[in-house]
Amino acid sequence: MADEQFEPIIVGFCCNWCSYAGADLAGVSRQQYPPNLRIIRVMCSGMVHPNLVIDALTKGADGVLICGCHPGDCHYLEGNLKAENRKEAIELMLEDFGIEPERFRLEWVSASEGPRFAEVIREMTEAVRALGPSMYKA
Amino acid sequence: MIKLTIDDKQVEVDEGSTVLQAADKLGIHIPTLCYHKSLAPYGACRVCLVELTGSRGSIIQASCVYPAQEGLTVRTDTERVLKARRVMLELLLARCPDSERIKEMAAESGIEESRFPKKDDDCILCGLCARVCEERMGVGAVSFANRGSAREIAVPYDKHSQICITCGACQVVCPTDAVDLTEVTLNKPRPIMSDYDMGLSPRSSIYIPFAQAIPKVAVIDRNTCMHFLKDVCKSCENFCEANAIDYEQQDEFEEVDVGAVVLSPGFEQFDPDLKKELGYSRYPNVISSLQFERLLSASGPYLGEVLRSSDQKHPKKMAWVQCVGSRELECNYCSSVCCMYATKEAIIAKEHAPDLDCTVFFIDMRAFGKGFDAYYERAKELGVKYVRCRPSSIKEVPGTKNLRITYQGADGEIATEEFDMVVLSTGIRPPEEVRELAEKCGIELDQYGFAATQGLAPVETSKPGVYVCGPFASPKDIPETVIEASAGAAKAMALLTRERGTLITHREYPPEKDVSGQPPRIGVFVCHCGRNIGGFADVPGVVEYAKTLPNVVYAEDNLYTCSTDTQERISQLIAEHDLNRVIVASCSPRTHEPLFRNTCRQAGLNEYLFEMANIRDQCTWVHMHEPEMATRKARDLVRIAVAKARLLEPLVKGHLKVNNEALVIGGGLAGMTAALNLADQGFKVHLVEKEQQLGGNFRHIHSLLSGDDPQEKLTDAVGRIDSHPKIDVYLESKVSAVDGSVGNFKSTIQRNSTEKEVSHGVAIIATGANEYEPTEYLHGKDPRVLTQRCLEEWIAEGKPELQNLKSVVMIQCVGSREEARPYCSRICCSQAIKNAIALKDMRPETDVCILYRDIRTYGLLEEHYRKAREKGVRFIRYEENQKPEVSVKDGTLSVSSVDPILNAPVCVDCDLVVLAPAIIPDERVDEVGKLFKIPLNQDKFFLEAHMKLRPVDFATDGVFMCGLAHCPKSVEESIAQADAAAARAATILSKDEIELEATISEVVDENCDGCAYCIDPCPYNALTLIEYMYKGDIKKTVERDGALCKGCGVCMATCPKKGIFVRSFKLEQLGAMVEAALEEA
Repeated sequence: MADEQFEPIIVGFCCNWCSYAGADLAGVSRQQYPPNLRIIRVMCSGMVHPNLVIDALTKGADGVLICGCHPGDCHYLEGNLKAENRKEAIELMLEDFGIEPERFRLEWVSASEGPRFAEVIREMTEAVRALGPSMYKA
Repeated sequence: MIKLTIDDKQVEVDEGSTVLQAADKLGIHIPTLCYHKSLAPYGACRVCLVELTGSRGSIIQASCVYPAQEGLTVRTDTERVLKARRVMLELLLARCPDSERIKEMAAESGIEESRFPKKDDDCILCGLCARVCEERMGVGAVSFANRGSAREIAVPYDKHSQICITCGACQVVCPTDAVDLTEVTLNKPRPIMSDYDMGLSPRSSIYIPFAQAIPKVAVIDRNTCMHFLKDVCKSCENFCEANAIDYEQQDEFEEVDVGAVVLSPGFEQFDPDLKKELGYSRYPNVISSLQFERLLSASGPYLGEVLRSSDQKHPKKMAWVQCVGSRELECNYCSSVCCMYATKEAIIAKEHAPDLDCTVFFIDMRAFGKGFDAYYERAKELGVKYVRCRPSSIKEVPGTKNLRITYQGADGEIATEEFDMVVLSTGIRPPEEVRELAEKCGIELDQYGFAATQGLAPVETSKPGVYVCGPFASPKDIPETVIEASAGAAKAMALLTRERGTLITHREYPPEKDVSGQPPRIGVFVCHCGRNIGGFADVPGVVEYAKTLPNVVYAEDNLYTCSTDTQERISQLIAEHDLNRVIVASCSPRTHEPLFRNTCRQAGLNEYLFEMANIRDQCTWVHMHEPEMATRKARDLVRIAVAKARLLEPLVKGHLKVNNEALVIGGGLAGMTAALNLADQGFKVHLVEKEQQLGGNFRHIHSLLSGDDPQEKLTDAVGRIDSHPKIDVYLESKVSAVDGSVGNFKSTIQRNSTEKEVSHGVAIIATGANEYEPTEYLHGKDPRVLTQRCLEEWIAEGKPELQNLKSVVMIQCVGSREEARPYCSRICCSQAIKNAIALKDMRPETDVCILYRDIRTYGLLEEHYRKAREKGVRFIRYEENQKPEVSVKDGTLSVSSVDPILNAPVCVDCDLVVLAPAIIPDERVDEVGKLFKIPLNQDKFFLEAHMKLRPVDFATDGVFMCGLAHCPKSVEESIAQADAAAARAATILSKDEIELEATISEVVDENCDGCAYCIDPCPYNALTLIEYMYKGDIKKTVERDGALCKGCGVCMATCPKKGIFVRSFKLEQLGAMVEAALEEA
């Protein structure tokens, strides 16, 4: 039954201009997705410090998602590309901490891609669920 | 009111309510098939069973018909209820084993297979169809027939009903999809198609036009709504919980006094049905380009999947047919945008399905805009095929519904090819209804119905004070439309300078209370949003939870937190409970944060002490079937908001005094136009020109296709500038240094060895471009080889060399559209045609031949292309890899080329060879770019903030551009862009001070060690490394320019030492939110 199923907690940093709006649109169009995501609104995906990602994962998040604008669409010219550049650094840090790379994702979702937002969350929730609880979970 | 208890929860309902309605009010879901909010309860399906406990023990009853009674105790989830409901569902499943809805409901109740013998019916006799037809529509076209086991829904005498009004309500309400409207009505049912989806998907008569509509409210289509047509139905009224449906609403007329009018009614798509031979409405897989845009859209009819209308299959092979409704006899203009949108559509379609085979049938590839040719080349690299031919007809293949196109191939042979789907690149038409608007405004239209404008006044109509922008004046793309929109505003502003700002009213706010040093006192307001949140999550439970969170001193729920009376209530509660932080848990901050922030301000609370929890769009709406999980998530989101609110700090928006003067660099046509407009608006302008006189390239232009006199315009502009008290001209000068930022620049203007410093609030870059000096085609070696500009001057001067010319050959794309300069110079085709017509007018016997690659007479220029052909100008195409050759033999000048249509060499002896050289960027662009920290594109033209939407702005605030510095463009386009730059500049100059965003970055000097990691990544050049003396040592730190920073936070995420942060998005604040997200509720 549902009670026995592992329900991961995923922290999502969503850019105010694109994916946060995309998440709103998913709601407006009643796209259903698993209730495991906790969205934290940021002004740009390029604002998310790698430490925030690592902190979240070492304090018990089962997954962390950063969502930004598609390349070329950044509200601040190229903050999303900065986020992409940091992805590699974050992945290296994850390795040091012994955290599975699948627990962190960087995705581009635009304000008009409500269905895509829902799909990304469905996919990631299932992937993280399959990994089981984070080893850092208290 | 009646009080009763359902699943241990108390509820109050009106007299006459049913148990089902009471449960609905509590947000308790009871499954049902035959209940409909707008119809009288019927009790047919027996799925909505509940257990009622009263004085006489407990009974099982259908909740949809059982009246709510005082003190009644209802249970919806007892084993007895579930068992009875399962039996009902099993019976229904046995009757209608194929009904999706019943299968779904049965599965939810844990039934896989019915134990009863299967039948193959599809009707459960719920009577919804008959009831809606009778009760709401007052028709009674369908009803029950026969008795007992033969009972069925039928139309009288099993014939098509003569009284049916074909409203389709019976089909819509049927829970098992058993009603087929075509079997009921005599008429042909016509679904109402969505305008937004270009007729590719149906919609209802009351609808929200599209997901991002502003305002986002439902509208009733009076042309299809049964209430407006037949005075029946009114069902929507029963569903609207806000009681917002008003059938009596009338159109309202308002009168406003204005000094200027800007017309921008847009365009209409050419109706492709007028081209019967293309089969648009006959063949389902022939669609228009705008329909294809919808198919590509994530919010489109197939959610972004490209599917054929006929069978919902992915096409494997697609064709685009260009110039549908453009470049033809009755419509002798080019729609300007279709070549590029077809190319874009093909590229995106291939992104959807890389194996997709795409072919574009075209006449000339008109990739004349900035970066367009590079995009066209990319499409070819991606495998998009381009066939230079206009297909005469499209035929459908019976069976497969594929489409057969017959065309003339590159080798001249007739070929036939089959495609799965064909997109018609439909042209632009002026909207039909603007004729009336034009008449009312008293402006003239041209022969096609576009607003008539003058060449040198591109946004001015025939009536002073009435301006026009966008495709209403002629077909154009997005950037040109945006440019003209600003140009129209500039013209209106210059006209109304005296009145500027007189209608502004300032809102008064009470003084802000000082919250410094106070512990957070948080008030939480949780919104039901009618049923949108309350129907899926336990709102009172969330409120109770919020009260347990640290620093929360008050929490309550509201039916609609955004309503006006709730705003007043929040204001009062802020005072009453001395709240110094406010949280609203409701919808999205993207739509409602400004409203609640304003409420805070009105209560004397700093607006940045407000936070929102998005428990509707990002919670209840996306977890509609999991009320417990939705409630839990809502609690989590409130906890996260509280964690942030505790750390919120009051912020103050900075204000910056604005210097109201402008610096315009470049005294050509664009610079002069911008300077004059700004000066006419009352702003002081410093106009810097490198040469000894004003005019730039414009001095060499002597005639225009529009017939206007450019030299007259030049004399007029120079005269006005010379005498304008608001313009200072600096000739033979350049800007050598720039300091400061938007609102407060300081620049040094250098003339020879003298320097002058000027202060200004904005800068307009109008540094122009130059003509390429050809080295090919014997230019510079034989005096008979000249450029179009030279020919134009010869014609203007009436040079004797032009007498008795026998033959002239013009060669296009000299230095353009090749490896060194992959862009199109845009104006050369029309310039060549202009001069060719002039030569023909001088001496009709002169043989004029134009060797071209694509003729790019976009928009209304097309008619001059035809005029040239009518006058006998010959047009011969050449391929990029087979360029013409110019030679001299025995003193005779001749040009040879290969005609790709005949695939044969052509050789012409001629008196003159006229070259159309490329427009090349000015050599000083790097210097100017560095001064203002503004970027260049690959071709060394200045790069705008956004290619489509911000064509005169830079990412750097306060710096704008116009004219050839942006990209090659015509005189008319330069004028429009110059006015646009003036309008954009005036948005800053017209203010005494600019308000700076409060949520920008802030340096923590004690943490910053001057490592400068943050400086390069800043997209706005807002950070500078500085040094100062601190306790006898040099301390390095970073300084942030508040006028430039936009608060993107790239610096914060780059800093290894917490030396810089973004206000309201501090690492500690985001970190606290993360920690709160991970706590267990």
